Amino acid sequence: MTLVQLAIYLAVLPLLALGILRMPDIYMRMSCNAKAVTIGLGQLLLALALHFGEIGVTARALATIGFVVLTIPVASHLLGRASYLSGQPLWQQTSRDEWGGDEAAPRK
Amino acid sequence: MSVFWGNIFLPLVWMALTGQFTFANYLIGFLITSLALWMVHKPGEVNLLIYLARLGRWLRFSLFFLKELTVASLRVVNDILTKGHGMRPAVIAVPLDLKSNLEITLLASLVTLTPGSLCLEVSPERDVMFIHAMYVEDVEEFRRQIKEKMEYQVREVLR
Repeated sequence: MTLVQLAIYLAVLPLLALGILRMPDIYMRMSCNAKAVTIGLGQLLLALALHFGEIGVTARALATIGFVVLTIPVASHLLGRASYLSGQPLWQQTSRDEWGGDEAAPRK
Repeated sequence: MSVFWGNIFLPLVWMALTGQFTFANYLIGFLITSLALWMVHKPGEVNLLIYLARLGRWLRFSLFFLKELTVASLRVVNDILTKGHGMRPAVIAVPLDLKSNLEITLLASLVTLTPGSLCLEVSPERDVMFIHAMYVEDVEEFRRQIKEKMEYQVREVLR
């Protein structure tokens, strides 16, 4: 069980690096890396909890997973918002941009 | 409300009666008072049943989230590994029915944690959320999915 999780963790990280290289614009790069970090770190911490099998370690691992799941979306949301507002271009094959056309939140 | 406090304090009476002031004995008293209150009140008022129902909703929400995470990750992984890009990205405005800060935050986190979509902005009036998504075949279909799957789950879990 621990080995399965470590394997997932080790598989996810190179994929993340590859994803950052392969994706054409910043929004899609962030789309893949934020989740890869969540999944990878979650699996690593679960493996840790299972390996030691003590209440103290397990509780701390679960609490860390909770904080990661709570904070990573906030960080990537802010990064995405900041890149959009500072004018980072969308990939040219992006089919539509409904934020740009909306007066409620004008694009700078 | 009186049922709520009754369920909190009656176990103390139970502890006094049995003379054992331990946490385990409090739990036993809690179960017994829950049973007693359940006999005279509606099930929706008894704390234990409310907690169990809430726990069940959170479990269902976690399973839903794990499923979304796995399915969408595999799609992104497939796109990273294969040649060429199968993505059809778009920035979509999704109208919000959720009102409170907590609900909107949870929805935004859920959207951002699902691979392939990223919450960019919530309008100042808090009625529209702008989402950057990697796979948008049909805009209406995408909006419907966000509303019916994610917004529904968020409303269920915080009910």
